[in-house]
Amino acid sequence: MSPKDTKTQPRVSRDKGEPAAAALLEMYYYLCLARAVDERMWALQRSGKAAFVISGQGHEGAQVGAVYALDRERDWLVPFYRSVAAVLMKGMPPAEIFLIQLGKDTDPSSGGRQMPGHYGHSRHKILSTSSPVATQCLHAAGIAYAAKVRGTGEVCLTAMGEGSTSEGDFHEALNFAGVHRLPVIFVVENNGFAISVPQKKQMAVDNVSARAAGYGMPGVTVNGSHVLEVYAAARQAVARARGGEGPTLLEIKVPRLTAHSSDDRQERYRTPEDLAHARAQDPVHVFAAELRERGVLTPDGEQEIRARIQREVDMGTEIAEAAPLPDPATATRFVYFEPDAER
Amino acid sequence: MADKRFLDAIHDALHEEMARDPATVILGEDVGRKGGVFGVTDGLYEAFGEARVIDTPLAESMIIGVAIGMSVNGLRPIAEIQFADFIHPAFDQILSEAARMRYRSRNGFQCPMVIRTPYGGGVHGALYHSQSIEAFYAHIPGLKVVVPSTPADAKGLLKSAVRDHDPVLYLEHKKMYRSVRGEVPDGDFTVPIGPAAVRRSGRDLSIFAYGLMLHESLGAAELLAREGIEAEVVDVRTLRPLDTKTILESVARTSRALIVHEDNRFGGFGAEIAATIAEEGFKSLDAPPTRLGGPEVPAVPFSAPIEEWFMISPEKIAAAARKLVAY
Repeated sequence: MSPKDTKTQPRVSRDKGEPAAAALLEMYYYLCLARAVDERMWALQRSGKAAFVISGQGHEGAQVGAVYALDRERDWLVPFYRSVAAVLMKGMPPAEIFLIQLGKDTDPSSGGRQMPGHYGHSRHKILSTSSPVATQCLHAAGIAYAAKVRGTGEVCLTAMGEGSTSEGDFHEALNFAGVHRLPVIFVVENNGFAISVPQKKQMAVDNVSARAAGYGMPGVTVNGSHVLEVYAAARQAVARARGGEGPTLLEIKVPRLTAHSSDDRQERYRTPEDLAHARAQDPVHVFAAELRERGVLTPDGEQEIRARIQREVDMGTEIAEAAPLPDPATATRFVYFEPDAER
Repeated sequence: MADKRFLDAIHDALHEEMARDPATVILGEDVGRKGGVFGVTDGLYEAFGEARVIDTPLAESMIIGVAIGMSVNGLRPIAEIQFADFIHPAFDQILSEAARMRYRSRNGFQCPMVIRTPYGGGVHGALYHSQSIEAFYAHIPGLKVVVPSTPADAKGLLKSAVRDHDPVLYLEHKKMYRSVRGEVPDGDFTVPIGPAAVRRSGRDLSIFAYGLMLHESLGAAELLAREGIEAEVVDVRTLRPLDTKTILESVARTSRALIVHEDNRFGGFGAEIAATIAEEGFKSLDAPPTRLGGPEVPAVPFSAPIEEWFMISPEKIAAAARKLVAY
C-alpha cells in the first residue's frame, strides 16, 4: 500500500453522516490489517524473533471508528500500547510496526530503544509514548492547548485503557482540558481488565464516561464491536473539538482477545465463559457480518482485501527482518540536542 | 550596567523572552493576576495576556505534563513550580517523559522547556517550603540543571534556558530573591549553560558551591583570609552538565577541595563533585575531597533555633575549611 492510500479520506454521504460503501470497506480493510499485523507480531514472538508482544486484538473496532473521524494528516494521535490499528491508520505501514516489534535500527518510533508497542512517529503526528500509563493524557491536553492558542485547527485524540483512568494524570488532564475547553478527545478503550484486575476493583462506577461530568465535558459510552457506532460518536467529538466547544470523554467498551502481553496468561484470572463471550464480541467478525448484510462486502471483495493484507503483512515482515539492528556505538546519541543532526 | 535584585533579574529575563518570542508561555500556580507568590512574574499577565500567562489548576504533574505537550506542538513553555518542595508529583513527568522524549524517539521529538522553582531554606519555611531538591534531578540524563547565584547569571542563564533545545530545571534560592543584589549588564545577553565560574582566587583550598551557599562560601573566605587562609571559591552554576574541567583545574592549584551544599550530604550532589575529583584529580590532592552538607534529617525544621542549627553559615564553612587545611 502506498503512503498516499492511507491519506485518502473517504467520501461520506452528507445527509446522514453515514459512510459510503468505499469508506466502509476502507474501515474494514484497516480492521483486518490491524488484526493480521497483530497476529504476525505474536508469530514473531512465538518463533523467538521478537522478545515481547503487547496486543491490540479486540480493540480494532474502537480504534478504526475513532481515528476515522479525524483528519488523519492534520490531527494528532497520542496513542498507547494497544494502538496498533490507530497508528496504521495514521500512516505507519505494517513494515514499521514490525521494525518496532523486532527492535530494528530503522524502527521509526525509537530506533530500537523502546519495547515493542511504544508507538510514535513525528512525521505522522503520533506522539512518542512511554510505559507509565496516563502520562500521555497531559501531553494531549498540552498539544491541544498549543493548537488552540496557535490557531492551527488541529484536534488531538489520545487513547488509554480503563485502568489508566485511576491515575492522577488522567484526572489532571481532563480537568485542565475542561477548564480551557481544549480540542482534545480522551478515548478510553475499556476492555474490563487492567492486566488482571477487573473493572469492578478499579472503579465504583459501571461506565468511565460517568466521570466526565466532573470535568464539565460530555461523556459517551459506545460499543467498540460496532465500528459505526464508534465512528458516529467520534465524529461528534471531533466536531465539538474543531468547533471550539471543548473536549469529550469517549469510552469504548471492547473485548480483550489476548492476554495482557506475551508475559501474561489470562486463563489464570478469566473464566472460559468470559473468554468465549469476548470472542463473540470480536469487532472484525461483527463488522464483517454487518457489511455482508448491507451487501457492501461480497465474497470476492472480501477475498481481495484478505489477499492484499496477506501481501502487505508478508512484505512488511520481510522488510523488517532484513533491516539492521542498532549499532551500540549509536546508543549514546540524542540524550541532548545535537546541532548537526537532522530531525 | 544596573544594580538589580536577584528577583528582578529573573523577572526581566522572563519579560524580555516573552517579548522576544511569541511562542513562549508561562504556566503555574498564581503566576497570573497575582504575579507569583514571590512576585517573580509580576506584570507579565497584564503585558502578555491570559493565554500566555496561565494560572493553572493546583496540580504539579499537570503543569509539567501539559508543558511537554505544548512544547511538542510549537510553544516554548516556562513552567513555574511554586515551591521546589511541591515538584515531586511531577517527578514522573520530568524523569520519564520530558527528559526522555528526545532519547526515546531517537530525535524524532524534543520538548524544550524551562521549569523554574524556588528552593532552599533560611526563610522560616520549615519542612515543606525549604527543601533542596537538586540531587534527585541532577541524576537524570536528558535534563539540564542550573542554579544561578548572581543577578547577572540569573538573567543570562534563564535566557539561555528558554532558548535551549532541551528541558532545563532552573533553581532559584528563595532567600536570595530580595537579599542578593548585583550588577546586571544592559541589553540582551546570555550566560551559557555549562561553565562554572571562579568567584575568588586562593591558593590554600577550593570551595565549590552554588546558589545561596556560594554567598555563604564567599563569606567564609573573608573570615579565613583574616587568618591567612586563602580560599578559592568556585560557583558551580550548572549541575548538569557539570564543568569538571574548571573544578579539576582549581583543585590542581589548591590541592584541597571542600564542597558545600544545603541539601543533606548522603547521596547529595557534592558526592558527584567529590568522586570526580577523587577519580580524575587524585594526584593533585593533599587531603580527601570533603563535603559539607545539611544535617541528616528529613528536612529543614521551623522554629528559629532549630532552623539555624540546620542552615550552613560562613562560620560552619570556615570551620570545615580550617580542618581541611590542617589535614
